[in-house]
Amino acid sequence: MNRILEEKIVKVFLFITAITAVFSVLLIGVFVFMEGMPIFLKYGITDVLFGPVWNPSSGVYGIWPMIVGTIYVTLIAILIGAPMGLGVAVYLVEIANKRIAKLIVPAVELLAGIPSVVYGLFGMFAVRSIIAELERGPLADYLPSNYQTGYSVLTAGIILAIMILPTIINISLDALKAVPREYKEGSLALGVSHWQTIYKVLVPAAKSGIITAIILGVGRALGETMAVIMVIGNTPLVPVLDWTGLFAPARSLTANIALEMGYAGPEHQQALFATGIVLFVFIIVLNSLTTLLVRRKGRK
Amino acid sequence: MNNVARNQKIAFTCLSVLGLLTVCILIYIIGYIVSQGLHMISWEFLTTKPRKMGSEGGIYPAIVGTVYLVLTTMIIATPIGVGAAIYLNEYTSRGKITSMIRFATEALAGIPSIVFGLFGFAFFVILLKPVTGGWSILSASLTGVTMVLPTIVRTAEEALKAVPDSLREGSLALGTTKWQTIKGLILPTAMPGIITGIILSIGRVVGETAAFLLTLGGTILIPQSLFDGSRTLSLHLYMVAMETGAMDVAFGTAAVLIVLILVINITASWFFRRLVKRFS
Repeated sequence: MNRILEEKIVKVFLFITAITAVFSVLLIGVFVFMEGMPIFLKYGITDVLFGPVWNPSSGVYGIWPMIVGTIYVTLIAILIGAPMGLGVAVYLVEIANKRIAKLIVPAVELLAGIPSVVYGLFGMFAVRSIIAELERGPLADYLPSNYQTGYSVLTAGIILAIMILPTIINISLDALKAVPREYKEGSLALGVSHWQTIYKVLVPAAKSGIITAIILGVGRALGETMAVIMVIGNTPLVPVLDWTGLFAPARSLTANIALEMGYAGPEHQQALFATGIVLFVFIIVLNSLTTLLVRRKGRK
Repeated sequence: MNNVARNQKIAFTCLSVLGLLTVCILIYIIGYIVSQGLHMISWEFLTTKPRKMGSEGGIYPAIVGTVYLVLTTMIIATPIGVGAAIYLNEYTSRGKITSMIRFATEALAGIPSIVFGLFGFAFFVILLKPVTGGWSILSASLTGVTMVLPTIVRTAEEALKAVPDSLREGSLALGTTKWQTIKGLILPTAMPGIITGIILSIGRVVGETAAFLLTLGGTILIPQSLFDGSRTLSLHLYMVAMETGAMDVAFGTAAVLIVLILVINITASWFFRRLVKRFS
């Protein structure tokens, strides 16, 4: 009898631990939305989302500069990180011999483990000084003086590209490995070269996994805070939309929250939570995209 | 045909360069931080308090803060995460509740850390202030628990899945209850995998900054209890670099962090290899 009672208690306890995750997600959603919604209701959703001015001290809360800043750095990160990550994954699966792979795989793991503040510090010195030299040297005539500090969208994009590499490499690696051997053998048997087989057969066959990898990379880049704060310059202005914008200091959604939460008054805090809502919505949209993709693949 | 061979050669060369570039980037980052920061590290740096807003002196309070925060977070997160994994793997078959729990775990893994920070701030720091003491190690730990939960659940579940069913059946056939089987047989067998997950989570807590920026308070004093504010090494690095502008202290702290992360990663992969060995 005692044993049966113990069994029941254990089962209840385990069930409670299991639904902790569900409660956490609900609580996170509820609290962020509850705290942030009043700003949208008070100033109007379009004014907050598309307002070009962020000036909390005079009660103007336009998030648009941060939305543009976030999209901008994420785009740069993906444009650099995705092809590079995919390339490394292909290299590891198809070309590298075991000894080299044994060197690269742990290196990728370590890259994933380095704290974001360390990436930030590295970016602040190693990457920023190169960008600053470029801005003050050959590009000095084309850039306004406040674009010559080295703190820029491009600097942040480069650091983020390195930071999302592990995500993209690991997931496209799994996708490439999951392609049935017969595809490759069939293609090679037809006399097609190894490289042609890779880009005409293997990569297309692993397409949905590779896209998932890229989407998760985007998620990581969107959500990164510390490394971005330390290199992007944090000016809440919309970057110019031509090539000089690459060198503009800007601010991301995440940076906006982290920088100002420490001293924000009540309404200002709500505006920062509203920034959090925008970030949250970005992530939800991305996650649904991944779920859709996985489902479509499952049906196939 | 000649063309095809040439293309392949060019493509393969490019891909090898990318592979090696990844290793070079890692070596460059670690080398850069260590070369700038290693000279700062001394017994005194590790064991004394900071002076002048952290621009001089050591990082002792940040080390204490990191240890407290990691311990509290893991003590709370481990039973919850492992319990959830046991429930998912041993007690239910596929159902609506299970898929809801899985979905929530996936969703938690995708939420940006600053959003965890916002939540922790609104819920633990403000709303539960009488219980948590406001900005405190406890508030930050509870926030940290929600962040590391997916990692622990996932790795523990993988480890449990790897335990062959014949073990469960054999034990149950001897008349033991389900929980006795799990406690006495399944958990010990899956232990290296569970420990891998715990170590990875420790790495996550050590490296996390954004969420703790909003929940830990960031005071430079040595915490006396769980209800005191504190700062971790990562948070110290950020504050010293961005607010105080003491770059040599920042690099010294970064070097300590790099060493810590190296140790954590090597330990995790050692346990992982033991798990693989156990089932092959």
